[in-house]
Amino acid sequence: MIRLLFTLTLLLAPPAVAQQDWAQQPAAALTPEVEQAAREVGKSLRCVVCQNQSIEESNAPLAEDMRRLVRERLAAGDTKDQVMTFMTDRYGNFVRLQPPFQLDTLFLWLGPALFLAVAIWAWLAYLRPQAKRSHAPAPLTEAETAALQQRLAEGGQQ
Amino acid sequence: MTTTDTSGDAPRRSSLPPWMAIAPVALLLVIGGFFAFGLTRDPQAFDSGLVDRAMPNFELAPLTPERAALANDDLVGEVSLVNVFGSWCASCVLEHPQLTAIAKSGAVKVYGVDWRDPPGAGAVWLERYGDPYAKTGVDSDSRLAIDLGVTGAPETFLIDRGGRIRYKQVGPITAEIWNDTLLPLIRKLEAES
Repeated sequence: MIRLLFTLTLLLAPPAVAQQDWAQQPAAALTPEVEQAAREVGKSLRCVVCQNQSIEESNAPLAEDMRRLVRERLAAGDTKDQVMTFMTDRYGNFVRLQPPFQLDTLFLWLGPALFLAVAIWAWLAYLRPQAKRSHAPAPLTEAETAALQQRLAEGGQQ
Repeated sequence: MTTTDTSGDAPRRSSLPPWMAIAPVALLLVIGGFFAFGLTRDPQAFDSGLVDRAMPNFELAPLTPERAALANDDLVGEVSLVNVFGSWCASCVLEHPQLTAIAKSGAVKVYGVDWRDPPGAGAVWLERYGDPYAKTGVDSDSRLAIDLGVTGAPETFLIDRGGRIRYKQVGPITAEIWNDTLLPLIRKLEAES
């Protein structure tokens, strides 16, 4: 029981520690605008060692250094786009949490719409024959009509 | 819809074209194919876009005050390897014998970047395992590492005479990588004027 409690405590502890460490991070005096911009950029930059966290969320050492660099560049007058370009120049599009819209990501972006279109098309294709599929017998062809007339005419004579 | 209806013009159960029957299977195969491709790829092995670009400007502090520092100027004029390591890095220990053999062979100059180590740790590590580096610089705050798009240690960059990055090796240099990839490339770069 004590062991379990201990384990649970351990599970709960790291985020708290990370938070503390994080709060100590921005040592340099930054204007609120720069800090705001840095957070926005940081949220769209992948922590390259932890894969699915942004550098704002991660407490990996490299993410920490990247956060500092982002703040430095913004404080030096770079725009958010320039900082993003700086990072993608070095780490490729991998570093962007939101992939850019370009040729090799076309399927990624348009795929869902494509699947929806296929689904709608398939649904309509399923519905349409049902409308045709009425219980009324198909109209007679010309040959059948002629045959029928002939039979009727013959019958009338009998 | 009854089974006793044998008049022949009973509505068919479904009037979808027959190929629709294999559509779900085909779709599954396509999506499965995407996953098989996407999930087995190493997400770290992305193209950094740094190859064929100039080595970024850097000036790194020496490991200890009495040692030589490392800067861009050191790389000018000859083909060299720049190896990013750290005393905290387990694969670097694995890579070390190969790196030492490379430095001993004299095929290429090897420079070290001691990445994100506490002061002095890199020097202690090199004393323990041996120092294959012609010069070593300390990158304590990842400045050069980020400039080089480094995601982990060890990573090794092959720099040509003109100071341009020509190859990036992510992970330890093995004997195979050295013999099959790096050494032929170095020979080629050295033949370039």
